[in-house]
Amino acid sequence: MAGVALGPAPPPGTLTVRPRRESVAAWPLVDRAWYGIAWLTGIGLCLTALSIVAIMLVKGVGYLNLADFTSPPAASLQQNQSGGFSDPIIGTLIVTVIGIVIAAPVGVAIAAWLAEYARPSWLARTVESAIEMLAGTPSVVLAIFGLAVLSQGYLGFLSQGAARGSLGESFFNAGIVMSLIALPLVVASTREGLFQLPDRLREASYALGKTRATTIRCVLLPAIRPSMASGIVLGMGRIIGDTAIITIVLGATLRNEPVNGVPVIGLLRGTGSTLTSYVFYNSPAGEGNSHEKAYAAAFVLLVIVLALNALVTRLTHGSGERGRALRLLRFLTGRV
Amino acid sequence: MRVAARSGVARSGAARDRRAELWLGALGAAVLVLIVAMAVTVFVKAWPSFSYNGLGWFGSGGEVDQQLRAMRESAPLPGHGLLYFRAWPLIWGTLITTVSAVALALFISTLAAIFLTEFAPGPVRRVLDPVIRLLAAVPSVIYGLIGILVLAPWIEETFISNARKHSVIFVVQLNGQNLTTATVILTVMILPIMVAITANALAAVPSSWREGSAALGVNRWRTIWRVSMRVTWPAIAAGLVLATARALGEAVMLAMVSGSSAFAANPLDGVTFLFEPVRPLAATIFQEAGGLTIGPLSHTIYAIGAVLLVSAIMMSLAGWAAKQSLRRYGIRA
Repeated sequence: MAGVALGPAPPPGTLTVRPRRESVAAWPLVDRAWYGIAWLTGIGLCLTALSIVAIMLVKGVGYLNLADFTSPPAASLQQNQSGGFSDPIIGTLIVTVIGIVIAAPVGVAIAAWLAEYARPSWLARTVESAIEMLAGTPSVVLAIFGLAVLSQGYLGFLSQGAARGSLGESFFNAGIVMSLIALPLVVASTREGLFQLPDRLREASYALGKTRATTIRCVLLPAIRPSMASGIVLGMGRIIGDTAIITIVLGATLRNEPVNGVPVIGLLRGTGSTLTSYVFYNSPAGEGNSHEKAYAAAFVLLVIVLALNALVTRLTHGSGERGRALRLLRFLTGRV
Repeated sequence: MRVAARSGVARSGAARDRRAELWLGALGAAVLVLIVAMAVTVFVKAWPSFSYNGLGWFGSGGEVDQQLRAMRESAPLPGHGLLYFRAWPLIWGTLITTVSAVALALFISTLAAIFLTEFAPGPVRRVLDPVIRLLAAVPSVIYGLIGILVLAPWIEETFISNARKHSVIFVVQLNGQNLTTATVILTVMILPIMVAITANALAAVPSSWREGSAALGVNRWRTIWRVSMRVTWPAIAAGLVLATARALGEAVMLAMVSGSSAFAANPLDGVTFLFEPVRPLAATIFQEAGGLTIGPLSHTIYAIGAVLLVSAIMMSLAGWAAKQSLRRYGIRA
């Protein structure tokens, strides 16, 4: 790797020749102007983030009631009668769990295959680019594709089917489509972890007579647990923050509406909402249009997402500046 | 005897290994098939709309809102079939928001990345890293909420006078949800990607190159501009591509703040142009998705999806090309 991390401190005792710092005042006027603009943009970036957090904090905390966590939403234009967001929180939880339960094992398996087997190589290369493409596909497009496939008659058991004129909106289907947006993140993170493992681990395992499959299962995957975990957490963050798939594939009904009153399966086959769709519903663009609820739910959503974010930082802690920079990139782009 | 037994174990181990490889490979192939099926499904569902409208699909003609309403109500517009659709205002909305947001973000992110890697004092740098992460982590619906509740009212009060409203009153209604609001929020959303990629590449420029420039008496700013930036352009291009892909696909935030009126904002209106509503392609899918049960409307929605999918694939290819030229410098992004 040619790169040098952002200014690592030289170990003590090494001789560093530090040139006398040139003074900016001696630069030509144009250069000084650009220097000033660079400072301004940097500070501006900080201020933007700060103001977003401040707005969400002030409005969110101000409008948040503890009762909101336990009461389901109700269709009312009166803010004090429109209930809380217990159903959306449950909905967020269900969709995230379904999405990750599918994406995590599939993603790890594909990453292991890509990094350790990758035969035949043309297939591996194609799978790799297909997953990159998936990472770049807008989630609205995934949503309408998911609906097209999952509304087929033989998949009717996943939703309430066409019987009630529905298109196949359900928690099951939303979770399945969500797994598609989490998959590239899990694959990228796991694969990068496998690439960074030193070969001596594999060689030692083969020398003990272990097969490749056993080596992957018992040596390599345990060694890259933090990478897998950070990929999974990133995927969760992406799922929790998505609105388009929820609106289109989950139906974004105000309350979670189980089918036929069957306890668990009925709920999963029914439509519902999540925090993101609840925020949208209560924004001026949606039908509910009550600022207070939107701010309160958005605040809860932001806290969840930032907590996951902090978890990723913690998981990848101690991987060095360079590793962190790469992880940041992967986090932002979903690709390696 | 023991040797035979052991070789038997080894053989079954090898067989199991082969089986594992097959299973994993099959899984990879299955995901590949799924992704290809996605593209095919979208195109098959989109075909009736494309075949009815021909290349005119991409052109302009009539009002998109009326055409969509006609499909929803199964009441064809006079002189046209139900599938009649001219997407230009939507395409124009996508183009104008994406291009202006990406151009703004390019300017800001380059300067911010230079600041981050070269000039920022230690404490500021330690703050900026989590700041970028935070900006990237905020879900788009929250950006939309801030846009519609904070930025849009402010823009409406500050820039949209009654005189301005009256100047275009027969064409379109102006309010706080407009091109400018959409562009500003979109810029903030795509900035983190571009800053991170550019800063990463700047930090990877071999220090000897910069030192060589400094030794010739070139000041730090010129060194960055003339040496570092020249090496980093493939990274900036990669960042541009990823940011464009994200901007193209953004649906929810744009549906909230862009004004949601399928109006082709007209640059000839002068400054007022900046405050005219637009409606990008992805936002249209999001808003019309309730009509997926209606045949003609669903074909149109899938056609819009197909256009987005093709642009996403092209962005992937462009990103791949940019990455290839990055490898030449030994920079990974």
